[in-house]
Amino acid sequence: MDGNYILYKIILASVILLISLVVAMYSTLLERKVAGFFQDRLGPNRAGIGGIFQPLADGLKLFFKEEFMPGTADKFLYILGPSLTMMIALLTSAVIPWGNSFIINGTEYTLQVADINVGVLYVFAILSIGVYGIMIGGWASNNKYALIGAVRAASQMISYELAMSMSIIAIVMMSGTLSLKDIVDQQHGMNWNVWYQPLGFLIFIVCAFAECNRSPFDLPECETELIGGYHTEYSSMKLGFYLFAEYINMFISSAMIATLFFGGYNFPFMDSLGLSHNALTIIGSLVFFAKIAFFVFFFMWVRWTLPRFRYDQLMRLGWKSLLPLAIINILITGFVIMIKNHL
Amino acid sequence: MSVNQYSDSLSGRRKVVSNKKMNFAERIYLPAIVGGFGITIGHFFKKSATIQYPEVKRPIAEIYRGKHVLKRDDEGRERCTACGLCALACPAEAITMIAAERKEDEMNLYREEKYASVYEINMLRCIFCGLCEEACPKEAIFLTNEIVPSDLERSDFIYGKDVLVEPVDKRVDISQRQTPEVLEFKKDKNQSHNV
Repeated sequence: MDGNYILYKIILASVILLISLVVAMYSTLLERKVAGFFQDRLGPNRAGIGGIFQPLADGLKLFFKEEFMPGTADKFLYILGPSLTMMIALLTSAVIPWGNSFIINGTEYTLQVADINVGVLYVFAILSIGVYGIMIGGWASNNKYALIGAVRAASQMISYELAMSMSIIAIVMMSGTLSLKDIVDQQHGMNWNVWYQPLGFLIFIVCAFAECNRSPFDLPECETELIGGYHTEYSSMKLGFYLFAEYINMFISSAMIATLFFGGYNFPFMDSLGLSHNALTIIGSLVFFAKIAFFVFFFMWVRWTLPRFRYDQLMRLGWKSLLPLAIINILITGFVIMIKNHL
Repeated sequence: MSVNQYSDSLSGRRKVVSNKKMNFAERIYLPAIVGGFGITIGHFFKKSATIQYPEVKRPIAEIYRGKHVLKRDDEGRERCTACGLCALACPAEAITMIAAERKEDEMNLYREEKYASVYEINMLRCIFCGLCEEACPKEAIFLTNEIVPSDLERSDFIYGKDVLVEPVDKRVDISQRQTPEVLEFKKDKNQSHNV
């Protein structure tokens, strides 16, 4: 643990934080653009070329809005809610391997802030805390719509977390490790987990939508029933934090999908290119971000394709379809592994 | 009256509702979702219907009835003689005017001995029917294909002569409206207003 190493990690963490924020910022623009294109419109294109400054304008607008707090709100919790949501959304990025490693002067610098050996567990632990931000915010607002939205969010996230973790267990069984870097390294080249775990992938992506409160599972904030859901009483930058956290969550979820099922920074024919280790790392990171970009787009594609689920349908899908399917998936995976070991 | 009378679909879009049990593919919902993705991505690559308004404008008819213009004659004199026929013809009562007598030194400004010292059209009252244009015996008022812009105050919508009279150096082309056929129609004695 020399000073250089700590400095490198601090720089890496800052860069990843910055990238997460910028990506989330431009996801808002992308969302509006994509929505526009899906509806035969153009989307925002007035602020700068192609609307490139639109996120800045939106952010500025939120900053200059009146900071309103309901008189009956619990002041401490009211502020804690969005802060917690934002913090937790950013925490997950620490264990995701954003690239392989650079070898400079014989020292290896990995593009991962923390390669902890329980990476998958860490991600799920953080995701589970995520519900507190919403729950606290909805509770502290002292508003019935906010409370109902928060309760919905809580039950939805708890329900889908189960199936989500179950679908990952199959991956963990296959790879025999909980470290995300090892899981990625095992998917070298085109050897991606999605070919072996198509059902697990399907369950995981459906659950990812539910965990992010994204359409078609955006019941906690469905406008037609709950005005705005848990952030009904929020304004100014506190509202901005909630909205922003949603996009960060989307970015992190896409990164997780790419890491667990689509090989992370691995890409086909990476060995036959004859490139140096560092060059491969750069290309690998770019490929990883391309995969993330595709899944972010996919999130939006789904949002503008599917209508919102009814609440009982949501619960039925989570408990009666996805959870049993995930368990069956584990059983099949275990069976196949057993047969393989005996052959 | 028998029930069968209604069995034929008038719109041709009649659909028999069935409560048949869904098969497996329909129940797992995924084929339908994939179909939906196909539809939306089709729209994604479709040409957008947007027209970039202030820069690009939709083509409007040559004889579109928009903001009015008070014409000058070839020598730059105002044609309006404040006869009041336009105000009388106006169904929305949007036009008001005050007549004045032309002075010796104003021969180059007004064509007739009498002219309108004040001529106002309330654009909020105006329904852009074009009856003023039809009623005018002096070919002085015309509607143009210019659109009345939005404004913040009601009082700003009362357009006076400063807005309505065409500038001497920037004449408004109304040749599309004042065709020989229109002029002929205006002289037609069979029409009640020309008697």
